[in-house]
Amino acid sequence: MLFTSYNFILFLVIVFILYYCIPKKFRWILLLFASYFFYAQAGVELLLFLLSTTVSTYIVSLQLLRLSGTQKAYIAKNKTVLNKEAKKAYKSKIKKKQWKWLLACLFFNFGVLAIFKYTNFTIANINSLITAFGGTKQLNFLNLVLPMGISFYMFQTMGYLIDVYRGTVQAERNIGKLALFVSFFPQLVQGPISRYNDLSRTLFEKQAFNSSNVWFGLQRILWGYLKKMVIADRILPAVNTIINAPEDYQGAYVLAGMIFYAIELYADFTGGIDIVIGIGQIFGIEMTENFNRPYFSKNITEYWRRWHITMGTWFKDYLFYPISICKPMRKLSKWSRNHLGEAVGRKLPVYISTLVVWFVTGLWHGASWNFITWGVFNGVIILLSGECAPLYQWFHKRFRVENKIWYSAFQILRTFLLMSSLRLFDCYRDVKTAFSMFGTLFTKWNYEVFFNGSMLELGISTADYMVLLLGVLLLLLVSLRQRKGSVRQQMAEKPITVNLLAVYLLFMAIIILGAYGIGYDASQFIYNQF
Amino acid sequence: METLLEILEELHADVDFKNCETLIDSAILDSFDIVTLIAEIDNVFDVAIPAEEIIPENFNSAKALYALIQRLDEE
Repeated sequence: MLFTSYNFILFLVIVFILYYCIPKKFRWILLLFASYFFYAQAGVELLLFLLSTTVSTYIVSLQLLRLSGTQKAYIAKNKTVLNKEAKKAYKSKIKKKQWKWLLACLFFNFGVLAIFKYTNFTIANINSLITAFGGTKQLNFLNLVLPMGISFYMFQTMGYLIDVYRGTVQAERNIGKLALFVSFFPQLVQGPISRYNDLSRTLFEKQAFNSSNVWFGLQRILWGYLKKMVIADRILPAVNTIINAPEDYQGAYVLAGMIFYAIELYADFTGGIDIVIGIGQIFGIEMTENFNRPYFSKNITEYWRRWHITMGTWFKDYLFYPISICKPMRKLSKWSRNHLGEAVGRKLPVYISTLVVWFVTGLWHGASWNFITWGVFNGVIILLSGECAPLYQWFHKRFRVENKIWYSAFQILRTFLLMSSLRLFDCYRDVKTAFSMFGTLFTKWNYEVFFNGSMLELGISTADYMVLLLGVLLLLLVSLRQRKGSVRQQMAEKPITVNLLAVYLLFMAIIILGAYGIGYDASQFIYNQF
Repeated sequence: METLLEILEELHADVDFKNCETLIDSAILDSFDIVTLIAEIDNVFDVAIPAEEIIPENFNSAKALYALIQRLDEE
């Protein structure tokens, strides 16, 4: 049941009406049933995956809680006889036990994810190796269907468990509430990857009907549908035409494809998240923002602070920091300081962790060398730009360009083109084709295709271009207004008639200008497949 | 405290670490700085900062960071 289907709209309306009709204390239970019903639409058997993650996390989180309780009680009881060292030794013993529980649960859950997501990728690589060494035998691929949204709910749930282990989150004793946190239907398939402390604040609250929340949420949902159906789905045929025939579409077409895909991905992913957050809001539930006008970033590091924020912070908190400050890394850092110099010793942990994190980020996006290459390239460019920072600072001071509008515009354009180039790995069928198509940007001088009508032969018409142009201008305008805070808040300060007219226009734009029918596929959000 | 200020100033010479209280909130220190800082603190103070202590409240000011070092040292 996809967000763009009529069934989903009907489902949402029914859940909404029921939610505010039943007593407040049962509302979170209704959301739990609704979430399981929503997930079951993808296949009742898939509920087993959701249940196994929930139950294993529940059991282990209670074990962690029990061990913490044992530790507290023991220290309190023996307060007078335990010295600092003895207390430390006892804590360390308990922590080791907790670590074993945590590791077992992480291993089980990420193991399930790995089997379903990466088995066939591993088989394909083994087969390639066999062929490369002259063998003829090939392993058969397995018929595995990736459970919907598994990468998202798994990361969210494992994040919760690590937080319980760290003691920054109190373990949830009610398995129903934990099940809702894992499965809350709007965010189940494409995030945001919420933190327990953030989401639980409103998820289990006895929510009263708040017309302002519902109105704001509705606006956000419509805005999301507009991005998805009017912009992303309309530009999709042109993106597909270019990337599916790399032999025919090179040079200027690759540039056009890069820009079209940047627009499609932004409208698709941020539109999906707008719908998710909007749905949360009509139920009075606050979810973490996943974007902060990313295409206005001036460098790649800033871009990753503003794009898919919840994934970035997940990797930073649960992978980057633990790797870079773990004992072996600290030892390696000390060793390199003594043997390779102060500078190397300082940078080594950051370099290793960054490359590991970006390798895993690539792998998280998909089981293919395309995504791994994309991830590693991101990591390498982030490290290179860090190395070049003193040079940039010198340049900015020497030529006094910082904060000049034209220079800021140049930095934004440079970052946009850089990120769009990296996404070529996301688009083309293999790494070699992506590299080769990037090369044609400089070797195939056919830039006249922008002016001789060739762009009208990519599967979208003049009318489509007009709609897209208006759509992109609207996105730009809203992004600029967002610098002053929430646009919906700004709108709320205007007369009610202006607000009603805006919502009416949004609705009509989706109905009239949304991409429907043959040649358009409004059935899938890009990030659903991750 | 003086030693910590020296470490911080080595990272960003142009920042007023004595008075700034928004080192994380204003994105003055990024994740690379934090890792470098943690390694330096381990090196100089012999205090290992665990991942769960990497929260804005502990890194927003030199004062907060120093308090964290003292707390971890006492534990």
